[in-house]
This record gives sequence, C-alpha cells and structure tokens, in this order.
Amino acid sequence: MAEKTYLQAISDGIRGEMRRDKRVFVLGEDVGVYGGAFKVTLGFQEEFGSWRVLDMPLSETAIVAGATGAAIMGMRPVAEMQFADFVSCAWDHLVTIAAKQRWRAGTPVPIVLRLPSGGGFSGGPFHSQNPESSFAHIPGLKCVCPATPEDAKGLMIAAIEDPNPVLFFEHKHLYRRIKAEVPDERYVTPIGKARIHAEGDDLTLVTWGAMVYTAEEAAKQLPDVSVEIIDLRTIMPWDKQAVLESARKTSKVLVLHEDTRTGGFGGEIAATIAEEAFEDLDAPVRRIAAPDCPVPFSPVLEKAYIPQVDDVVRGLKELAEY
Amino acid sequence: MAIARVAEPSGSLQDVKEQGLDREDLLGIYRNMLITRGVEERGHILYRQGKIPGSFYTGRGNEASAVGVATAMGPDDVGTPLHRDMGVHITRGVEPWRILAQYMGRADGPSRGKDGNVHMADENLGLLAMVSHLPAMLPVAVGCALAFRIREEKRVAVAWSGEGAMARGDAHEGMNFAGVRTLPVVFICDNNQWAYSTPTHLEYAVEHLADRAQAYGFDGVVVDGTDVLAVYRETKRAIDKAREGGGPTLIECQTLRMEGHAVHDDAFYVPKELFERWAERDPIERYRTWLREQVDMSDADEEEITGYVKKLLNDSLQRADASPQPDPATLMDGVYATPEDLDTPHHK
Repeated sequence: MAEKTYLQAISDGIRGEMRRDKRVFVLGEDVGVYGGAFKVTLGFQEEFGSWRVLDMPLSETAIVAGATGAAIMGMRPVAEMQFADFVSCAWDHLVTIAAKQRWRAGTPVPIVLRLPSGGGFSGGPFHSQNPESSFAHIPGLKCVCPATPEDAKGLMIAAIEDPNPVLFFEHKHLYRRIKAEVPDERYVTPIGKARIHAEGDDLTLVTWGAMVYTAEEAAKQLPDVSVEIIDLRTIMPWDKQAVLESARKTSKVLVLHEDTRTGGFGGEIAATIAEEAFEDLDAPVRRIAAPDCPVPFSPVLEKAYIPQVDDVVRGLKELAEY
Repeated sequence: MAIARVAEPSGSLQDVKEQGLDREDLLGIYRNMLITRGVEERGHILYRQGKIPGSFYTGRGNEASAVGVATAMGPDDVGTPLHRDMGVHITRGVEPWRILAQYMGRADGPSRGKDGNVHMADENLGLLAMVSHLPAMLPVAVGCALAFRIREEKRVAVAWSGEGAMARGDAHEGMNFAGVRTLPVVFICDNNQWAYSTPTHLEYAVEHLADRAQAYGFDGVVVDGTDVLAVYRETKRAIDKAREGGGPTLIECQTLRMEGHAVHDDAFYVPKELFERWAERDPIERYRTWLREQVDMSDADEEEITGYVKKLLNDSLQRADASPQPDPATLMDGVYATPEDLDTPHHK
C-alpha cells in the first residue's frame, strides 16, 4: 500500500494493464510527449513507444472510431477525450456504432473512453460538464464514475477488462486533491457495485464522483443526524439493491449529483425508489443537482451552479425534519 | 484542374493474367456479379410481396465496383461495405439465403431481425456491419488498420463511402489520420452521382473526389466503376501498396445509381437520358461481352453459370422464407457483451 492521488491511481491502473497485456494501448490528443493535458499518461510514451501511446490529430471522431475499429480487431484501446465536454464531437461513434454493434451485429467493442469531467475551476461551459446521464441513457454503454483513488485504479482495470464500451468519468476536481492508500497489487473493482462511504440510520444520501466529498462535509455538519452515504461508483449499471436496502433501512433518501437536474440520473434513482420502496418511505425522495443551465465561468456564478455543502446541509435538515 | 490519376480501362486477357487472374477467377467474378444482382432482384420481389418490412435498398449499377474491390482483398483483410456494395458480401462468401432472411427480418439473418436491409456482415469473413450514418464506418476501418499497424500484421482494411458522405467530417478525420500514420487502408468512394436526390454539383466543388487524396498525403485514382477488371486492378495495386507499408489510396469508382435511393423513390429527378446513357454501360453486360471476346466464354459456359445462379437463388429464397420470425424473448439479448463474446477470430 502507498498513498496515491486519484490521478496517480488512474495512471497506475492503465500502466499496469499495458505492462501485462500487449493489446492495451492509449490514444488521444497530447497523450504522448506531453503526457496528456492532466499528465495521466506522463512517461507512457517513453515506456511503451509511440505506437502504443498515440498522439492523435485533433479529431475526436477519429479517436473514438479508431478505438472502435482497433477493438473489433482484438485490441484493448484506452482512448482519452482531453475534456469530457469534447465527447459531443464523438457522440455518433459511441452511440451509433460502439453501443449497438454487439446487439445488432454480434460484435463486441471493448473500448475504454476516459472523460475528465466536472467543474469547480472556472472552466466555463465547455470544460466543466458532467455528461454521464446522457450516456447512461444509451443501451450498450457502461458509465463509471469513481470517487476514491482505490476505486479509480480498480475500476480502470475493470473497464479495460470489460467486453463493452466503458465511459470512465474521472472528476478533475479530485485529480490531485484526493489522496489515499491504494493497494500496489492488481485488483478489480466490480462495475455495478456501490460502496457505503459512511454508514448511518436516519437518512440515505446517494451520490457519486466529487459529490461524495460534498456529501461527507455536509453530513459532518449535522452531528445529530445519522447519514448513510452511498457512493454509487458506477451509474450504468447501478447498484439498485444497495440503494433500495438503504432506503428501506432509513426511509428517507436524498440524491445528489453535479449534473443538471432535469433528465439527470438522480431522476432515475428517485423513480426506482418510488416504484420499488414506496411503502418504506417516510418522506418524498429529494434531489439536489445543478440547475438546468450551462456551467458558468465566473467563480461566483459557478458556486451558485455546483451543489455546495450548504445546499446539501439544508437538504438533509429538511428531510430529517420531514 | 484534375489531380488524381485517371485509370486506364481494362485491357486484354494478357494484361489481366499478369494481375494474377486465371480463367476460373474471371468466370467466378461474372458469377458473383450475377448473384449480386440476382439477390437484389429477388429482394424487390419479396418487397412487392409485402415480405420485407421497412424499406429496401439496392446497388444496381454498382456490381462491378463492389465485386472488383472485394476480389482484390486478401483472406485476412477486412472491410466495411455499405448499402450499394452487396457484391462485397457475395464475393466474401456470405450465403444469399441469409441475406434474403435479413431483408425479411427473420431469425437467420445475420442480425437476427435486430437490424434490416444491408445492415449486416459476417465478421468471420472480415466484414463489419454498416450503420445508417454515412460514412461512420470509414474511420472505424481506419481503426482496424491501426490495429494491424500496431501489431505489424500485413493486413489491409478497406473503407467505403459514397460521394455524398464524403462531405461529412468522419471522412475527413479518418483520411487525415490514416495519412498522418501511413496506415494500411484503402478508401473506396462509390461515386454514383446522386446522394438521394442531390446531384454532385451540390455535393462537392472539386473535379474528382479522388483529388482530395493529395490533401491527405496519399494517392487518388479515378476509375470507371462499371469496368470490373479496371476496378480490380486499381484496388489490387492499392491493397498491395498498403500491405507493404505504402499507406492509403483513395479510389473513386464512377457509376450511376440505376434505381432510386430506396424502393419508394422513383428517381424522377435523374434525367432520363442519363439513365439511358449509363444503361449502355451496364457493368454485367459489359463484362459479359469482354468474357466472350477475350476468354471465349461459350454458350455452354454461360448456361452453366446462369443455371447455377438461378438454382442458388431459388433455393435461397425458399430457405430464407422458411426461416422463423425472431423470438420476442431475444429482444434484450446482447445489449451488453459477455467475456465469452470475445471468442472471435479477431480476439484470439
């Protein structure tokens, strides 16, 4: 065990797989000589050469389509979008080809697409988004959103092993801020299994990604309320059973995410709880999410946009008092 | 100003022999062209009988281009043929009854009723199933070529696009990347002059689409797409070059789409004289004449081939019609792949 940043854990996960499996290679803009915009693949080109660490032209379509073709031919590409926001340029190839090829043509497409996502840095409308809900809606894609360094490594290995297209949403705000012990050996964190971040009895708070830490801070400010924080880890597939079990135990659920509210994945979670655990509830399921507008640039506006600890404290209080 | 090389028409038997085709190969090409047209003609019948749900697309006029290209491909090469390229499936060995079953949405179609018309392929024959978004499979073929290059395999990917889809960003990104990395890929542009109802002068402003190849750092060739042996020769050259590390080639095969975009479209917008002019260059008729003149294809040879094709297609029709409808219980099968699904020739 050694203490690693979230970023280092992602990097270790990919490097380890590249060392043990020749089929694994990375491609993206500036991933080689520069080591990636966030330095996740720093030093990779020296170790693996320029044909396994491909600096790509500014061509998101060619990156995802190229990964798809290579994967169908037996490779295990790990492709990078420099920012998750740019995945819009490759939407067609993920949704039209990669997601559907197995179902309609019998051809599996084992690709990993890394998506540095999330705000908090005045990145503005095009460097801050959390588009995971859009892709969770597409049958055939898997969506992974780790919150901890340990999960970042274990889920990266799981994503590379998975025979499906896996979108790996890595939150930029966690890259260097979050450090924790990470096992040195190879391990797989299963896709579709939630993690109880904190146990509690009064309330359930379901979240993922960077919001896990916002939830933790908020819960600390309410010592009289026992909050169970569930880190979903992956939203497609998502761990319904863990959420329903906790909902039945606490009878009150708050869903928190950094993506916008309408059509956000929180709605799916709330609807599932309403359908399957209605009789166990003592309060309506509440959602806290970003408002339905683009991500703003100004720090003042961005603070008003991304759910803050105070917002969650307020939400938890209201729910506790319901 | 034209930039791309304009290919010579096919020559004598001697020229063809030098390209590695013997009499049997040449008659085989004829047979594949007849099967290609025959499958689509039977598709028309099935459509009129109400047995094909949705729409129905053919590649009439494109038989020489599709069969010529596929004949030049090696056994381990791969390709992403489109909806005018039935001849590729036939040449690679897809059984016609499975194609007819696919048209009808039956359980034995390659997509088992999950997708329609020519949205199918047999991966074991090195073909990847197309999608409606054109030319989305072009950069995917480039990705196949990337895998071959990384593994240093002497294999080539063939990517198809129509002249209409050459306007899309996918074509640019795929070709640019392939040029940058000198990847083993051959781009085939089926220029059939009409993108649904849109004529070429509203699609592009260069003289030949193959001229664009120079902008990507590789060669462009314009070839008569009704001349199967010229298509074969140019594709073979391009594939050999790619296999030896020489990088991509863009081959523009000029044809005319001899029917509407799909079965519902009577192509009223195509001038009648254009159809008449290109009907005189019917690829099958043209090749038949060549075979009779150059290879002494006799009446007996012809009867043997046409008899074989007729029987094959009649049997195929019966077998396809006997194929069951898909079981609704299979609807959700394969939305997500399992590790066992990776047990394919490409993942070994």
